[in-house]
Amino acid sequence: MNTLPMKTSLLALALLGLGACSDSDNMAPIEPPPPPQVAMQSFEVTVTNLTANQPMSPLALISHDDNVKLWQIGESASVALEQVAEAGNSSGFDSLSGVNAVVRGAGMLPPGMSETLMLTLEEDKVDALSLLTMLVNTNDGFSGINAMDIDSMEKGSAKTLTLMAYDAGTEANSEAKGSIPGPADGGEGFNAARDDVNRVHVHPGVISQDDGLTGSVLNASHRFDNPVLKVTVRRTE
Amino acid sequence: MAHKLLPAGALLTAALPLIGHSAELDISITNLTHGNHFTPVLIAAHGADVHLFQSGEMATAALQKMAEGGAIDELVTQVEGAGGATVQNPAAGLMAAGSSVSGVLMNSGSQTHLSLVAMVLPTNDAFIGLDAWPIPTEAGTYTLYLNAYDAGTEANDEIINGAGAPGQPGIPAAPGGNGGSNGNGTGVADGSGNDKVHIHPGVLGDTDPNGGTSDLDSRIHRWLNPVARVVVTVK
Repeated sequence: MNTLPMKTSLLALALLGLGACSDSDNMAPIEPPPPPQVAMQSFEVTVTNLTANQPMSPLALISHDDNVKLWQIGESASVALEQVAEAGNSSGFDSLSGVNAVVRGAGMLPPGMSETLMLTLEEDKVDALSLLTMLVNTNDGFSGINAMDIDSMEKGSAKTLTLMAYDAGTEANSEAKGSIPGPADGGEGFNAARDDVNRVHVHPGVISQDDGLTGSVLNASHRFDNPVLKVTVRRTE
Repeated sequence: MAHKLLPAGALLTAALPLIGHSAELDISITNLTHGNHFTPVLIAAHGADVHLFQSGEMATAALQKMAEGGAIDELVTQVEGAGGATVQNPAAGLMAAGSSVSGVLMNSGSQTHLSLVAMVLPTNDAFIGLDAWPIPTEAGTYTLYLNAYDAGTEANDEIINGAGAPGQPGIPAAPGGNGGSNGNGTGVADGSGNDKVHIHPGVLGDTDPNGGTSDLDSRIHRWLNPVARVVVTVK
């Protein structure tokens, strides 16, 4: 796309040159070529909450370089990820090196509901796409996409993924009163202390008071199984 | 499914490996669970008609021995007897939750399919399973997520009593040292009538190591699928 304006200006110069041969006195001043138009790509991302009773915190759709990974299974979570997993707060990724755009959902995504986010990027910024959200009726459960390659997607193509729930490993799954920020409890969100295994892993699920965990504020409806989200990523432009 | 979109020339290329393909594989395995161990892993490359297990089918005696006690020797004998290749115990012991082993090299030779199993501890007869995955003929990196299966050979009583031999009730061990001991629990009544290999229902556990019904800890030993990630690089 960037070559088109250059060709046009070369053509203009050639025409001017011909004109100069016939009448050099009337040569028009050379117009500067218009700045090259930046090609854009647009992506439409539709997310459906598949759980029974786990609202998702406002979605964060994050565009970044493919050498950035928002988490690694088996490794300890970054503080930015801990903020998502414990409090549903994704703002820590806004300033992360390699992140070039963040689009957020309008609010909580309730069970059974879908939301579509639009992301438009300059073509040379199109590389990897991640998604993050918290299962808010958990201590530190989250779900998302980790650095999906969107650079190779053709216009009009779409990919549908089903996503699992992860445990950030930063807060023990006590399910105790005051420890869960979602509507099941209204308790604490982020706490910098780490009192769990301190590695990201696949979430083992919640137990609930109905299944024998004394002191749990959760009931059977808060249990979940994988997958917890369905996501369709479509390149529209 | 994607093969249907390939032109005829690509199909010809894909057929070539059948007459003498040899793939170098670089394999990594990660334990994705919160608090479960895997026993020594068996990786097997074999022909299309060989299976270490099949969901919906009865477990073989060799699979039962692996699923109830972690012993892979009889499965190895079966695979190698059928001309297959194996990698045994690549992590040199148990794989704890969160741990990985990488750089496991395997020459699949003329074999077309890959399988992988290991017992999940502490359980009665749960195992991680990959059943006859067709080894891609195209070089690349392929990520597979594995489920936990129930061999269907032993009732899931969740009693830790050291029993790992086929047919003996009970769980050999909780390697993390975080289970009840010597059968302090009264035992979970397993009402499942499914004696075929099936997706494991997960463990129940409780929060009383000195009593209750289970010797497992519901806060540590539960899982949801997937339980393992296998990344295969075909060179």
